[in-house]
Amino acid sequence: MLEMVIITLLKIIAVLAVVLTGCAYSTYLERKVVAAMQHRIGPSYAGPYGLLQPLADAVKLMFKEDIIPDNVERWTYAMAPAISFIPALLTFAVVPFGMDMTIFGREIKMVLSDMNVGVLFVFAITSMGIYGIVLAGWSSGSKYSLLGSIRSSAQMISYEISYGLSIVGVLFIANTLSLSELIAQQETILDWFIFSQPVGFLLYVTCAVAETNRAPFDLPEAESELVAGYHTEYSSMRFSMFFIGEYANMLAVSAVGTVFFLGGWQGPFTEQVPILSFVWFFVKVFMFMFVYIWLRATFPRFRYDQLMNFGWKILLPLAVVNTVVTGFFVVL
Amino acid sequence: MFEVFFPILMLALIVGGIAAAFIFLSIVLGKRTRLGAKGRPYECGIEPMGSTQDPVPVKFYMVAISFILFDIEVIFLYPYAVVARQLGLFGFIEILIFITLIMVGYFYELGRGAFKWD
Amino acid sequence: MTLDVAIFFISAIVAVFGATMMITVRNPVASVLYLLVSFAAQAVLFIQLGALFLGVVLIIVYVGAILVLFLFVVMLLNLRGGEDLGQPSRPMSRFSKYLIGALLLVELVFVIRGSAGGTDQTVTGMMGPVVETFGSVQDVGMLLFTTYLYPFELTGVLLLVAIVGAVVIAKRETEREAAQKKQLVEERGHSSEEKVS
Repeated sequence: MLEMVIITLLKIIAVLAVVLTGCAYSTYLERKVVAAMQHRIGPSYAGPYGLLQPLADAVKLMFKEDIIPDNVERWTYAMAPAISFIPALLTFAVVPFGMDMTIFGREIKMVLSDMNVGVLFVFAITSMGIYGIVLAGWSSGSKYSLLGSIRSSAQMISYEISYGLSIVGVLFIANTLSLSELIAQQETILDWFIFSQPVGFLLYVTCAVAETNRAPFDLPEAESELVAGYHTEYSSMRFSMFFIGEYANMLAVSAVGTVFFLGGWQGPFTEQVPILSFVWFFVKVFMFMFVYIWLRATFPRFRYDQLMNFGWKILLPLAVVNTVVTGFFVVL
Repeated sequence: MFEVFFPILMLALIVGGIAAAFIFLSIVLGKRTRLGAKGRPYECGIEPMGSTQDPVPVKFYMVAISFILFDIEVIFLYPYAVVARQLGLFGFIEILIFITLIMVGYFYELGRGAFKWD
Repeated sequence: MTLDVAIFFISAIVAVFGATMMITVRNPVASVLYLLVSFAAQAVLFIQLGALFLGVVLIIVYVGAILVLFLFVVMLLNLRGGEDLGQPSRPMSRFSKYLIGALLLVELVFVIRGSAGGTDQTVTGMMGPVVETFGSVQDVGMLLFTTYLYPFELTGVLLLVAIVGAVVIAKRETEREAAQKKQLVEERGHSSEEKVS
C-alpha cells in the first residue's frame, strides 16, 4: 500500500517534470522552427543557441505584475487559468510512456493509471478544456476576451464531435478502449493504425489542431482582430498558465495521437533495450509537434464562417462515413 | 479500482498545487503599482466604449445543442466499437439504424440553415 | 483500505455540498461551477464502485456537454446574478418545481427500497462490485445492444425529436435577431453589409 503510493508519487513527479519541460521547450522549438522557415534566427541570446530562453521567459513572467482589472468577476477571473491548466496536464495520467520495466526487482508500468477505458478518459478531459476559456472570456469584462471565448467555445465543441468520431474506426479494429492494449496491437510498423485508418488519422490531426486552438484554427486568439482573445486581460503567471496549458494540450493530443495511430512506444530493438521505447515515443511525439509548428508557419488563418462550415459540413459527415465504412468491413 | 483512480486523484491534487504555487509566486514576486488606467479593459488605448453585456447570438446556442446530441451519438459508438465483432451483423444493423436517425436530424438541421454562418 | 473509505466520504460530502451550493448561490456561473464540482465527485463515486465506464461517461456527457450548454445559456441571456427573473405567470409553473421535487424524492425512496429489499447481491457496499466484470465496457455494450435494444433505439428517436425542437425554437429567435439587425442598419442610415453581432 505504502509502496504503491510512493511509486505513484515518483512516477507523477517524473511525468510532470518531463511534460512541463516539454512544454517549455516546445515554445523554444516553435520559435526556432518558425524563425528558420521565415529566414530569421530566432532566440539566440540566452545561453548557447538561445537554449535557456524558456527559463528566461519563466523567470521574467514570474516577476511581472499580476494585474486584476477593475470590472472583472473576481472569483471566476482568478480561477479560470487554473481551470484550463489542470485538465491539460491530467491527460498524461493514462498515456503509456514506455514499455513495462523491472526496476529493483519490481515490475513497473510506465503509465500512471492503466485504465481499461483510457480512450474515454482522454475524451472526457478534452471536453473539459473548454471551461477555462469560456470562464476567462466571460469574467474579464473585456470585449476582446468575450468575443474570443465565444468563438473559441463554439469552435471547440464543433470539432470535438469529429475528434471523438475520428478514433472510433481504430476502436472498431482494435476492440478495446485501453491505451496499453492499443499499443500492444501495433507491434510492427505494418500494424500501425495509420495504415488501416488513413482517413481517421487525417481527421484526428485536423480536429486535434482545431481542439487546441492552433493555427490555422487559432481564431480565439486571432491577434490581428482580437488582440489576444480570451486571455487579453491576463498577465504574469496567470497568463503563463494559459500558455503552458495550450502547449500541454498540444503535447497531450500528440502523445495520444501517437498511441492511436503510430504505435505508441513500439519500435525496433525495444525487447533488447527497453529504454529505447521512451526514445521511440518521444521521437514520434516530436514529429507530431513539428507538424503543428509547420502548419502554423504555412497556412493563413481561417475565417470564422469557413471554420464552422468546414467543421460541420465536411469533417462531421466525413467522420461518420469513415466510421460506418470501417464498421462494415470489421463486422463482415 | 483503487490503483486506477488513485494516481489520477493524486495527479490532479499535485497539478492543482502547482497552479496555486504559480499564482502565489506571481503575487509575491511581481511588483504592484496602481495606475487608474491599468484597471480598465484593454481597448487599444482609447476610452472603452459600448458594453460587454450584450447577449450572445442564438446561433451559438444552436451549436451547443447540436453538440450535445452528436456527443451522445459518439458516446454510444464507443461501447459498440468494443463489442462490434461479438455482435456481428445484427449489432451493425442496430447501430446503422441509430446513426441514420441522428443523421436525419443532421440533414434536417442542415436544411433549415442551422449551420449557416455568414 | 482506510484511504478508500476516506476518499468515499470526501467525495460524497463534496457531491452533496456542490449540489446544495448550486441551488443556493445567486450567481448563475457559480451555480454551474458548483454543479461541475458535484458531478466530478459523483464520477469518483461511480469509479469507486467499479463502474469506470459510467463514471467517465458522466464526465463526458454532463460536464463536457450539458454544463457547457448551461454556460452558453447563461452567456446567451447574459445573466450576471442579481437580476430579478420574476415569477412564472401561470400558477402551474410556479408549483411545478415542488411537484417534480416530490416525485423525484418518491422515486428515490422506491429505488433504494427496491435494491435493498431484493437479493443481498444488489447491495454491493462502497468497497467495490460483487461481480468481477461489473460495469466494464464489454458488459455495458453487450447489455445495451441486446437486452436494452429498444430503449437504445428509442434514444435515437428522442435525439432526433430534440434536434427538430431545437431548430424550431432557434428559428424564431434567429428571425427576431435578423429583424433587430436590419433595424439597426437602417437607423444608422447606411446599407453597408456591416455585421452587428
